[in-house]
Amino acid sequence: MEEKAIICKELTKQFGDFYAVNKISFEVSKGEIFGFLGANGAGKTTAMRILCGLSYPSSGTASVAGFDVYRQQESIKKNIGYMSQKFSLYENLTVLENIEFFGGVYGVSRKEIKERSNDLLETLGLQKESRKMVGELPLGWKQKLAFSVAIFHRPKIVFLDEPTGGVDPVTRRQFWDMIYEAAASGITVFVTTHYMDEAEYCNRISVMVDGRVEALDTPANLKHQFSADTIDEVFYQLARGAKRSAD
Amino acid sequence: MKVLRFILQKEFRQIFRDKTILAMMFVMPTVQLIVMPLAMNFDVKNVNISLVDHDHSTYSQKLISKIASSGYFRIISSDFSFKEALMHIEKEEADLVVEIPSGFERNLVRDGAQKLAVSVDAINGSKASIGGSYLNTVISDFNAGIDINIRNINKTPSGVIDISFRNWFNPMAEYKYYIVPGILVLLLTMIGGFMTALNIVREKEVGTIEQINVTPIKKWEFILGKLIPFWVIGMTVFSIGLVVCFVVYRIVPEGSIALIYLIASVYLIALLGFGLLISTYSDNQVQAMFVAFFFMMIFMLMSGLFTSIDSMPTWARIISNLTPVTHFIKVVRMIVLKGSGFEEVKTELCYILAFAFVLNGWAIWNYRKTN
Repeated sequence: MEEKAIICKELTKQFGDFYAVNKISFEVSKGEIFGFLGANGAGKTTAMRILCGLSYPSSGTASVAGFDVYRQQESIKKNIGYMSQKFSLYENLTVLENIEFFGGVYGVSRKEIKERSNDLLETLGLQKESRKMVGELPLGWKQKLAFSVAIFHRPKIVFLDEPTGGVDPVTRRQFWDMIYEAAASGITVFVTTHYMDEAEYCNRISVMVDGRVEALDTPANLKHQFSADTIDEVFYQLARGAKRSAD
Repeated sequence: MKVLRFILQKEFRQIFRDKTILAMMFVMPTVQLIVMPLAMNFDVKNVNISLVDHDHSTYSQKLISKIASSGYFRIISSDFSFKEALMHIEKEEADLVVEIPSGFERNLVRDGAQKLAVSVDAINGSKASIGGSYLNTVISDFNAGIDINIRNINKTPSGVIDISFRNWFNPMAEYKYYIVPGILVLLLTMIGGFMTALNIVREKEVGTIEQINVTPIKKWEFILGKLIPFWVIGMTVFSIGLVVCFVVYRIVPEGSIALIYLIASVYLIALLGFGLLISTYSDNQVQAMFVAFFFMMIFMLMSGLFTSIDSMPTWARIISNLTPVTHFIKVVRMIVLKGSGFEEVKTELCYILAFAFVLNGWAIWNYRKTN
């Protein structure tokens, strides 16, 4: 576990004279569940998009799965899974068709796709719904499916951008079980969230305020450091100093 | 290649799931080809005439019956005064007023000359001028007939140039032969220009494009994955259009069908590239619609679909030559009506090829997986 999955040094993204991401530095170890916290507009999604190869950084360095974010975005893309804030499976394709498509574009063979999707449907309990349009599924199922699709090609790292937004507590719990399972199988999980109870599930968390990483440690250490009982309190103490208004 | 197959599979599934699109594929060419040529008929027939005959003579009757029997005019009223006749024009019942003055016959016979008043409603410019010139022809024909009757027989007739007139490639000068191939072009243009643009922009709106951009799909795979399905649809619509042309209008291309298909397929690639280009610049469907619409209007009006490019001012002709539609319409008309071969359409094909390269190249260049 010595190797690092993500290394960020002074990573910056500037839009005009606005610093969406301002010199953030952190490292994520392999197999770790890394929580990326911050208020709306703190720059979480921008940072994540850079790490996923969707956006160029303005300065600083970063490598994901050993590949450089400036020059090797396509290699990064082969090795990561991504679940965006917006639901991004095709609503007018069935569950199976979505799995097939996203598996296929990552180069999973048809035979593999078939085997893995059978297993997947079984664990998700979606066998009966496999030929239903994804648009007809309830949100909780959609999110679980989207996560499963994001790790279907067995990436090294999976990026989750607010994966449990708007999902009921029971489903959220199940979702985190899935995240643990993925982490146990060796996938590094990089997750943003607004739910502070979820932050407690992470191995380590960072808190972003106004484009900077203001705190980074295990949940227990952070609570100790800020002499708080919950991560919630830690977050309040940090976020209160924010100058940017939430979007 | 494997990845491309997955993309194509997905695109075709999505397209064929949308029953509206499927229906439109068949309805659009049929309806447009049947209805539009009728509506866009520029042949001038049924010019309505109000007559004012102050003479009531044999000659004036002869003239009237000549006008009536020409086939282009409909005499809707005979009035007693010019004022009354003009009322018909004001009410838009008549297009022309012909006033025959009293003493028409007498002056013709005695003096060999007589003036005749024709008043034309010029709101519909082309109908007015064409109707007016028809009438002129009828009257001068009548005039020539009179000459023989009234001139002295011992007078030698002046030299006459006899013109025999023939319309080539469209013997009856029927408008439908001109417009139907044009509408076929229109169909391909709409499909190429709109469908790809809207399809990709919709993925942007829904957010699925981001999911695509984060996969290792290559740019060319994505773009081909979008082009091929719509190319297939476009060619299908084009084929249906050709069948409709035959069934409804009995228009069979004079030239080679293979040549038409060759050029249509290149043209469709150019137009798909155009749609693609729009989609790379727009963020939502409304934007894409507006931009596409703007260019479509220019394409339609400047391409010589309805009007002759040769009668445009120079600057307009330059714009016209810069739209791919112009060249395609020209070629389609050449092949369908004239039966031109590859040699004759080579230059135009080069133009269309150039458009295909430039538009698609530009679109690929401007499509970014990483911003």
